[in-house]
Amino acid sequence: MATDVRLPAKVETRSGGFVYGPLILGWLVPGAGHLLQRRWGRAALLFLSITSMFALGLMMQGKLYVPNTSDLLEMIGFAGDLGAGLLYIGASLMDLGHVPIQVATADYGTRFAVVAGLLNIMAAVDAHNIRTGRKP
Amino acid sequence: MNLAPSHFAAVLLFATFVSVVFGITQRSTTRAMVRHGAFCFAMFLAAVVAGSWLMWAIKH
Repeated sequence: MATDVRLPAKVETRSGGFVYGPLILGWLVPGAGHLLQRRWGRAALLFLSITSMFALGLMMQGKLYVPNTSDLLEMIGFAGDLGAGLLYIGASLMDLGHVPIQVATADYGTRFAVVAGLLNIMAAVDAHNIRTGRKP
Repeated sequence: MNLAPSHFAAVLLFATFVSVVFGITQRSTTRAMVRHGAFCFAMFLAAVVAGSWLMWAIKH
């Protein structure tokens, strides 16, 4: 007699309205997707972490990638940087991250900026999952 | 303003920020988030220390 029957967890669906709002807003501004879900603490921590990482990358004289079709690594780097949303757009408009690399830590700075973008994408997808009810 | 941290300071900063985001995005409850974030942070540091000793051993 089977007594240890495991049922899949009930997924709460909250699919009313535009479910991609947190995803888009979370991409544009780090933590904004969680802010939209009224997760204040998580939003603040995400904003602080991702923004600090991106800013530290620039302060280390890291390089920001630009759209480029000639080099695959440059394209991947650009995709990562673009994940930071308005941070990347703002920094590009201010012409930051385009100085020639002169110190060893500048390479770390470049990675910091790319990883900040990738983390922001993770955070935006997480906000989308909360919105759709996939994550409590 | 330019910043030139040491290699280890850069690792600490990197591990801190990444662990916070990993903890929040990969777990559902606050307690689990804190535990997972702390675990990721410890693993980052352990991997760096182990990798450093490995490179030292290869060199010598």
